[in-house]
Amino acid sequence: MTTQEWKFTARDIAEKPDQFLSGHRACAGCVPATVLRLVMKATRGPTIVTEATGCMEVVSSIYPYTSWAVPWLHTAFETAAANAAGIDAALKALKRKGQVKEHIDIIAIAGDGGTYDIGLQALSGAVERGHDFLFVLYDNEAYMNTGIQRSGGTPLGAATTTTPAGSVRPGKLQHKKPITDIMVAHDMEYVATASPYYWKDLLTKVRKGLEVEGPAFLHVFATCPRGWRSDPANSIEYTKLAVESCVFPLWEAVNGEYQLSTPSKLIALAPQKKKPVTDYLKGQGRFRHLFKPQGKPVLDEIQRWTDERWAKLLKKCGEAPKTA
Amino acid sequence: MANNVKQERMALNGDEAAAYAAKQSEVDVVAAYPITPQTIIVEKFSEYVADGEVNTEFVCTESEHSALTACIAASSTGARTFTASASAGLALMHEMLFVASGCRTPIVMAIANRALSAPLNIHGDHSDSMAQRDSGWIQIYVENAQEAYDSIIQAFRIAENSKVLLPVIVGLDGFTLSHTLENVNGLPDDAVKQFVGTRQLTTVTTHEGKTVPFKLDPANPMTIGPIALQNYYFEFKRQQEEGMKNALTVIQQVHDEYAALSGRSYGNGLIEEYQLEDAEVATICAGSTAGTMKTVVDELRQEGVKAGLLKLRTFRPFPVEAVRNALKNVKAVAVMDKSMSFGGNGGAVFHEVRHAMYDAATHPLIVDYIYGLGGRDLNPKEFRRVYDDVHRMLHAGRVDKLVHFLGLRE
Repeated sequence: MTTQEWKFTARDIAEKPDQFLSGHRACAGCVPATVLRLVMKATRGPTIVTEATGCMEVVSSIYPYTSWAVPWLHTAFETAAANAAGIDAALKALKRKGQVKEHIDIIAIAGDGGTYDIGLQALSGAVERGHDFLFVLYDNEAYMNTGIQRSGGTPLGAATTTTPAGSVRPGKLQHKKPITDIMVAHDMEYVATASPYYWKDLLTKVRKGLEVEGPAFLHVFATCPRGWRSDPANSIEYTKLAVESCVFPLWEAVNGEYQLSTPSKLIALAPQKKKPVTDYLKGQGRFRHLFKPQGKPVLDEIQRWTDERWAKLLKKCGEAPKTA
Repeated sequence: MANNVKQERMALNGDEAAAYAAKQSEVDVVAAYPITPQTIIVEKFSEYVADGEVNTEFVCTESEHSALTACIAASSTGARTFTASASAGLALMHEMLFVASGCRTPIVMAIANRALSAPLNIHGDHSDSMAQRDSGWIQIYVENAQEAYDSIIQAFRIAENSKVLLPVIVGLDGFTLSHTLENVNGLPDDAVKQFVGTRQLTTVTTHEGKTVPFKLDPANPMTIGPIALQNYYFEFKRQQEEGMKNALTVIQQVHDEYAALSGRSYGNGLIEEYQLEDAEVATICAGSTAGTMKTVVDELRQEGVKAGLLKLRTFRPFPVEAVRNALKNVKAVAVMDKSMSFGGNGGAVFHEVRHAMYDAATHPLIVDYIYGLGGRDLNPKEFRRVYDDVHRMLHAGRVDKLVHFLGLRE
């Protein structure tokens, strides 16, 4: 991978024509839509996009309209990575025959359902085979398209329609699956996390992923105000608080070597800046029940787990643990 | 028919014949997953790749579901695409079969027909592909390894025809054909190349009035596989049905053109009539059973029995007119079904044949024989008994029992 740094200035991205166009049917405050617009601002040339079934697919391709100014393919829910594999194979074969002349980047996009759960097998297979594509996971932490059901990416304690907060169960009983670590374990050249509040970091990571000759994986945190029962006006604020509370730290793993990205690095250097998880959780309706007295043990567990994961990450990144 | 090209006689099993045909058709992408009794196809193709005999990009996926998905994506990118499967593998592809036909991707897939679980069984019957009859794929069933070879070559021309633009399954009976060595006459590479040609992409008109190739192409961005709701979905499906209707003609045209090149023909490409013209009693079957049945018909003819056979080569689109015409003088018919439609009062072929005959001026008596499930072998003697039964039915002038099970302990 090249070590070139891209200078994505506000002017650069404002001047680059959109490839994910307005007019789509996403909800007010939908961060996945913002993520897609940003991702498409970081392309470096001819690009084919393929998407799993999900919110972003249905809001952007309602026939006879489309929000895609690039060639775009959807086949099914669990198939984003297999689509990328087929496109990659076709481009390679057609290039050999001289029917395709230029390099074409491939971006596969899926939500948490299409990545953590139903799409994991196809993703693992495509990465193992070494297809040349960037997989972008927009993680809004539940099956929002079908009406807020829990996924492997839903955090502990979150109320969803299949893990409602009841009198004996406090929402989801399990933590999030460590999907990004699973991808690092595939010995990929490039795996990273990103948050749209830190948009320049996100754009740079998209570009780095595209520069890799082979599979790359980008995990993007993406607020869903409908599913999170949060104020649409605060959607981007949550993508900042998740990083500041270390609920969603920003890092890259280049050839398996973990390194913190600047926003999380600053917290590692000055631990007093690390916010309590409650700063992030409060205000989200999906966690409202945890702020009642009986929710306290769950809040404590979320904090404990977040701290433990953060400490492990610091170790992986070779950062000496500091105490606040 | 004139045989214009020198052909090479090879000893191939059905799977090898299918792989060889795909190789000569110069497929760009093969994405596949191994399953008995199809495995030889992907193994053989892997050898071509390993020895540099093909330019194909071969993707060994982690499941059949991803295999067909990768084929759909590759085909949407403009590549000629081939895959193979059977049984549980085809069942796992089920969801994507509809996507393949809905996205109008002209994929060719060899199916080494095999029983479905449970109980687990690796042997030949038609349960797997018959269960996919409504998935929008053209279905051709072959009698022997030669026909497997010939049909795969024809299938690319049929699938990629812009009036059709639908995927094609070529079904060859598991083990009976897939694993049995036969003499196969192969056309020279350049003859196949000339016959199949390179894939000509269908063109479409954009909202700006531009004519562009129907594929994923950064020069002409296109949204493929969108969501279409109550206001448009139905029209998409109607267009697929039009493709199926057109396929009835295209299959015959391609078949005739190929017959002129190779000297081999299979009826009119849709059905093959064997001693049917003056037949009083007949059977209808698909696949390798037709070979055995022809021997039985020959024997009966020698004994003075007016017996015939209708070999159903194309099951989808179902050749209603051709079947109706072929049976117009036949008085009693037994349909041979190598699959079960549970609770359906007969098998898939039976349903189609009876449906086709409803509007005919004269109806033969029609009964169904379900046979050979899980690869159960049947000998010519047992098939003779079917003709005997049909004869008795003809003399009685009525159908006493609609659905029979042949070669079964009961």
